[in-house]
Amino acid sequence: MGTGEPLPPTPVGNRPRDHFELVVRRFAPRLLAVARRILRDEAESQDAVQDALLSAHRSLDKLRGESQMSSWLFKITVNASLMRLRRIKRLAEEPIEALEPKFLADGHRQDPGSPWCENPEARFGVQQLCELMFEEMARLPEAYRNVLILRDVQGLTTEEAAELLSIRPGALKVRLHRARCALRELMQPHLAEDRSS
Amino acid sequence: MKCYELIAFVHRYLDGELSTSESSVFDQHLTVCPDCRAFLDSYQTTVQLETLAFAEPDAPVPEEVPETLVTAVLAATRGPARGPVGD
Repeated sequence: MGTGEPLPPTPVGNRPRDHFELVVRRFAPRLLAVARRILRDEAESQDAVQDALLSAHRSLDKLRGESQMSSWLFKITVNASLMRLRRIKRLAEEPIEALEPKFLADGHRQDPGSPWCENPEARFGVQQLCELMFEEMARLPEAYRNVLILRDVQGLTTEEAAELLSIRPGALKVRLHRARCALRELMQPHLAEDRSS
Repeated sequence: MKCYELIAFVHRYLDGELSTSESSVFDQHLTVCPDCRAFLDSYQTTVQLETLAFAEPDAPVPEEVPETLVTAVLAATRGPARGPVGD
């Protein structure tokens, strides 16, 4: 998420909480854009951004610098939007263990399934493909969604994402791999060449 | 190399974190294992689709946020903060 111009100097104090209105006006447009992309409903999108900003107000003082604030606000807005999408679509959260690859005693995958189609965009169209991704991301546990949002979507480094989530870089790498495997598994029925797999 | 080893370390393989000899073992396994080739392809496609989902330019960033939203957020934050959340 780009940060654009830096926050204007505040006449009140140096902490984000002291100039929260400026934070809202500075970041809310981009947060609203991502919420709209996920939810495609104006009222739900505004509610998701409101949820995220209220959560932000309670935790802003923990953040260091505008870049960290931007990444963190984006993360909680995406999460708030995906949780609303999960409710609207009546989707159930999938335990991460159920989505991990399973193996036979000889080391081969238990159910490798069919390879994926070569051109997912052609099969579904970009908009429907994006909607599928949002719905399947919404089914992941939050801890796993978080690493995908920070690393794969926002492009933070392992160290930056680990600091934001208060976990060790090694733990973040493992969690990211499990999250990608889980999302891959959730997308398998949609994208397999043979859709029966 | 077994399939479970490739899948356990595929992220390190893609990030170039494996030694030359380890990567060579990966490459050799991929030449003989269609299931692992398919897994690798779908793993990479998953990451690409995450990017696509958030990058597709169909929702331009608005110039301003609706004033009703700003007002509602600021009204809700007046009063004592309730302390940090575990987010």
